[in-house]
Amino acid sequence: MAFTQHRGRLVTLPRRDVDTDQIIPKQFLKGVDRTGFGPALFYDWRYRADGSPDPGFELNSPTAQGATILVTGPNFGCGSSREHAVWALAEYGFRAIIAPSFADIFTSNCYRNGVLPVRLAGADVDALIRSTEGGLHELVIDLKKQLITDDHGFKATFTADPYGRELLLRGLDEIGRTLLEEPSIAAYERRHA
Amino acid sequence: MKTLFDRVWTSHVVKQLTDDVALLYVDLHLIHEVTSPQAFAGLKREGRAVRRPERTLATVDHSIPTGDRSVPIADAVAAKQVDVLGRNAREFGIELFDLTSPGQGIVHVISPELGATQPGMVIVCGDSHTATHGAFGAFAIGIGTSEVEHVLATQCIALSKPRTLEARFTGSREPGVGAKDLILALIGRIGTAGATGHVIEYTGEAIRALSMEERMTVCNMSIEAGARAGMIAPDDVTFAYLQGRPRAPKGKAWTTSVEQWRKLPSAPKARYDTQVTLDASQIGPQVTWGTTPGMVADITARIPDPAALGTDAERQAAQRALQYMGLEPGTPLAGIPIDRVFLGSCTNARIEDLRAAAGVVRGRHVAPRVRAMVVPGSMRVKAQAEEEGLDQVFREAGFEWRNAGCSMCLGMNDDVLGAGERCAATSNRNFEGRQGRGGRTHLMSPMMAAAAAIEGHLVDVRGW
Repeated sequence: MAFTQHRGRLVTLPRRDVDTDQIIPKQFLKGVDRTGFGPALFYDWRYRADGSPDPGFELNSPTAQGATILVTGPNFGCGSSREHAVWALAEYGFRAIIAPSFADIFTSNCYRNGVLPVRLAGADVDALIRSTEGGLHELVIDLKKQLITDDHGFKATFTADPYGRELLLRGLDEIGRTLLEEPSIAAYERRHA
Repeated sequence: MKTLFDRVWTSHVVKQLTDDVALLYVDLHLIHEVTSPQAFAGLKREGRAVRRPERTLATVDHSIPTGDRSVPIADAVAAKQVDVLGRNAREFGIELFDLTSPGQGIVHVISPELGATQPGMVIVCGDSHTATHGAFGAFAIGIGTSEVEHVLATQCIALSKPRTLEARFTGSREPGVGAKDLILALIGRIGTAGATGHVIEYTGEAIRALSMEERMTVCNMSIEAGARAGMIAPDDVTFAYLQGRPRAPKGKAWTTSVEQWRKLPSAPKARYDTQVTLDASQIGPQVTWGTTPGMVADITARIPDPAALGTDAERQAAQRALQYMGLEPGTPLAGIPIDRVFLGSCTNARIEDLRAAAGVVRGRHVAPRVRAMVVPGSMRVKAQAEEEGLDQVFREAGFEWRNAGCSMCLGMNDDVLGAGERCAATSNRNFEGRQGRGGRTHLMSPMMAAAAAIEGHLVDVRGW
């Protein structure tokens, strides 16, 4: 799925080191499809042991409904390589995640699933987290300009990984693109036969 | 003045795609049942083939039961996943070590065991603990399922070149201090994101002194420091481990390979982007107290007071962790009572781990009310342990003796902690709910976990 510009409501999850076991717990990894993970997103935090939504969890707040941008703490997506974490975030409706830092494998999984990981300075992330204290808040994320703005004067630039940015902007089939390099791959294999 | 990593990277560049990103050739692709089905489905949808099935190895490990193998898998969803891998492997001509195979086991245990993991290789797997294979001087990384599909189709992976971090361990370890303690101490020092975007090269005399299996334990947890990969330069220890293994080169090819592998280590004056030094002689047995592997301390320490930490974010994270763990600041770590013991995982379930743990429990018995289990890393490790009589040592001490798999490291099968249960675990992650919702995990070495099983609480194994 291509990503060029996105306007959406943000929800904040002010925690650091949110690992992929939290994003999608293990019992949901047994499927063989890429779909069906949205309802299980943040399962152990989102639902109480009896299965009812935990009203204390940020995503269950009335103002969080319909949010498409997640603003969170450093080292988001650490731990397991499970791409199911990104599938769950995407299926839930998130198009972008803003944090001071991300884990490497998670970042690479985002770029391949139409989800934009935005690295912003801690001070900018803090400003965004404070901005939601007054209620609903919308942002515009422009991947071409690598710019985030809102209607109240917030403005921050970011730098996306150039390769990942191109995958997102063009909605590229990465495998199709690499298969165009067949002569180079075959030459490499001949050199190392 | 190239590093080990630079040499492996450069020799695998198929094409430079951008200033930063290269298409790298993958020598070995390891797959398992959990992160591969969607990749195969994608291939089929697009009508694509597996480019090099002979460079691909499959096993089942994550979601399988570790109990009786003569009965079908009770969990229908897990059974389907295992079945789907079997069908995909047959359809695409990929070698599979399935539940009935004597070669089955955790993917990061069986590949080295086969001699398939070799110095200088690029190795990938849809699993973050792929860094394990870096112990041989390979560049080995965990990838997502989209990338698994990409590697199946192209035998290549597009990557931006990570930076390098040298983690130098000087001095020598005290008895009772294991490889696990070295890596936990490093993660405690640099943090769980301390090596993000980097490849760690572990150097120094304390690393050189490690056995091959101990090196695997160190490299395995590189991801817990945020690293893309961990590497250790190959040496005579590496070659001695590899020689004669089924997939290792033979005869003249062996001699030629060793000659090539000897050229891999970093130049003496190689420069790293970041450097950290730890004195191994100052590292005691480590135990985690919180919900990230970076929340770790020496067994002689007390639970830290969140109020004393540097930033608001750190204080909040530590408070939240202690609340989840049901622990109070100032409590001595030694003495914290446990309910369960898990000896297993790709971090610490190889034969030397089982020997070390058996040495601690021999002639003793698991404390009352503690449930302890040993889950060997592979069926070959299990067979070897049984040949040495270690299974008897564990059984007589009151441990359950299981079949190979990931088991309670991630609790995808029925080996899980109940809410509030506290576990001494030799695995790699103490995240909230990792071993079961509400379960409380303390990471430690096999010797420390074995001693905790006997005492019924966390204890300094050096006092034994």
